Amino acid sequence: MSILFFKIVLVFYLAGTFAYLSYLIKQRPIISTVATAMLCSGFLFHTVSITLRYMEAGYTPITNLYEAPSFLAWAIIGIYLIMQFRYKITVFGSFISPIASILILVSSAFSKEIGPLPPVLKSFWLPIHVVLAFFGDAIFALAFCAGIMYLIQEHQIKSKKIGSFYYRLPSLKVLDDINHYCLTIGFPLLTLGMITGSIWARHAWGSFWSWDAKEIWSLLTWILYAALLHGRINIGWRGRRAAVFAIVGFFAVMFSFLGVNTMLSGLHTYDRY
Amino acid sequence: MHIVVVGLNHKTAPVELREKLAFPSDTIEEPLRRVTSIPQVSEGLILSTCNRVEVLAVVRDVGEGIKEIRNFLSSHHRVPMSRLDASLYSYDSYDAIKHIFQVASSLDSMVIGEPQILGQLKEAYSLASKHKTSGVILHKFLHKAFLVGKKVRTETRIASAAVSISYAAIELAKKIFATLENKVVMLVGAGEMSELAARHLLNHGVRDILIANRTHSRAERLAKEFDGRPIVFEDLTLFLDQVDIVITSTGSSHYTIRYDDVRRALKIRKYKPLFFIDIAVPRDVEPRINDIENVYLYDVDDLRGVVDANIKEREEETKKAEKIIEREILQFERWLESLNAVPTIISLRERFEEIRKKEVEKTISSMNGGPKIDKEVLDALTSSIINKILHNPVTRLKGRENTRKESYYIDAIRDLFDLEE
Repeated sequence: MSILFFKIVLVFYLAGTFAYLSYLIKQRPIISTVATAMLCSGFLFHTVSITLRYMEAGYTPITNLYEAPSFLAWAIIGIYLIMQFRYKITVFGSFISPIASILILVSSAFSKEIGPLPPVLKSFWLPIHVVLAFFGDAIFALAFCAGIMYLIQEHQIKSKKIGSFYYRLPSLKVLDDINHYCLTIGFPLLTLGMITGSIWARHAWGSFWSWDAKEIWSLLTWILYAALLHGRINIGWRGRRAAVFAIVGFFAVMFSFLGVNTMLSGLHTYDRY
Repeated sequence: MHIVVVGLNHKTAPVELREKLAFPSDTIEEPLRRVTSIPQVSEGLILSTCNRVEVLAVVRDVGEGIKEIRNFLSSHHRVPMSRLDASLYSYDSYDAIKHIFQVASSLDSMVIGEPQILGQLKEAYSLASKHKTSGVILHKFLHKAFLVGKKVRTETRIASAAVSISYAAIELAKKIFATLENKVVMLVGAGEMSELAARHLLNHGVRDILIANRTHSRAERLAKEFDGRPIVFEDLTLFLDQVDIVITSTGSSHYTIRYDDVRRALKIRKYKPLFFIDIAVPRDVEPRINDIENVYLYDVDDLRGVVDANIKEREEETKKAEKIIEREILQFERWLESLNAVPTIISLRERFEEIRKKEVEKTISSMNGGPKIDKEVLDALTSSIINKILHNPVTRLKGRENTRKESYYIDAIRDLFDLEE
């Protein structure tokens, strides 16, 4: 059942992404309405699909490469929709929806079978650790989009080559503010995700820190965002520099999220397909 | 009933001629009365701004009506027709409706998308309705025009891309700072252009203005005028850490603001963005400062580039606006066509006849088994009641043809008896 819903989600997200991209070109209010409707419907089906999967599997469905990207996409779209209804920056959707679509496509490439949960994962720490980390990642995805938009808009203004993006994208101040907000929410989530992970590791593997590939990459990511936060607060980093950091940071997030599990091996690798 | 527009605008007439034809709003009653006293004309309105003078009227015969209104313009302002002829345009029916919708949407303005015209049109309408020279058709028409104007404004970005240099500078500032509220501006050198820009910025809510001028007394005078602060010209770079927007326009032959000054200031202000608008020729601000992080420098040529981009952007939006207008014209024309006495009388009769027949049938079928009723008698009775009731309204409608009241009555009847448009 959850698989069927998942397929519906895939269709809605792809259609929504297409609509958001055509909104970027055409700028007709009706297109943005359709796009938002697609994404909202997709999100509802997605919620149902994840709930069903939870009931079918009997554990929080975030343990393999089918479940995890899908859950991250769900978190990204959820946070984005809240943001769109609050701040009305529709053009943001044109940047965020492709990311969610890619994640869902990655997800659909992996086996959807429900296998037995590795004993080490049978713990109440699983949902706490992973959900915290994933929501942090989702918020960094928003910061990544704001960063891309910032670089485009800044380039237009700085180089004095005013193109159509100049009219469509929000102001530099707004984009930089989003970067700032995302950092102040995403960083604590990432930190908490790592702390809970290390407590769990103490119970499961016997040590708080074991230099596992995922741990190393997460630490790298954490240092990147910590540097940005420090720069923002104490040195006055902002604008372009902060945007570049958010973009690089998100690549690190994506690598420790997907790359580690598909390319490297370590304690966090439960899923090998 | 036809809508006509006769007038001239900035495209067809030079300012000297437009001045001559202008109607001051405080003495508009008399010309309004003269327009509506033309036998052809049942409703009239005069729109007079510095860019256009137009008479909008509802007439019975298009050719005659337009001719009379043209004569009125010529005789009222004592300008011979030979001088007016080439500049006056006249539109009727579809074209007239389209023209007024375009005017209301600011598509026909000198600066396309400028917001004042809709207000001026509203003012013209309120004068006409105050002096009772507008009736039901102009009432509906103008409200439709206001609606179209608003729709174009909200659904297209026709007004958002500015085509003057000072507007372009403000739009740029907004793309950098999101809002100008609480921003501090520094004026360096006092020229007509920079004063104008400062005034624009003040209108957008900037918090404070610092003014530096080589002649300090002039800076003080301007500071008083803008409610700002004068600063010593030689020290102006010391204030760069406190301001967000700098407008320079000195006559100096060398750079007044240099790369190192800006770099130093930026460190102190923790890299908060700084926007320089250099409208001086030769330039006041060292061009290299545009390379500094979070510093943006635009000179006059750069701003012209933005204006060009804005104009191009607007052309696309204009097409969108035209589509909206086209849709609204269709709707309005349908309503206008329904406002004829003859079809209204016909459908009014049909509506009554329909009711009569239904009630007669009902009565006969409900009398089943009761006393026998002659259907012919019943028909004759009911028909004659209807004829009696309708006699007066119908003769009134026919008799009032081509007065302002006619369309008023027709509209009311259509509404009261729910006749299809």
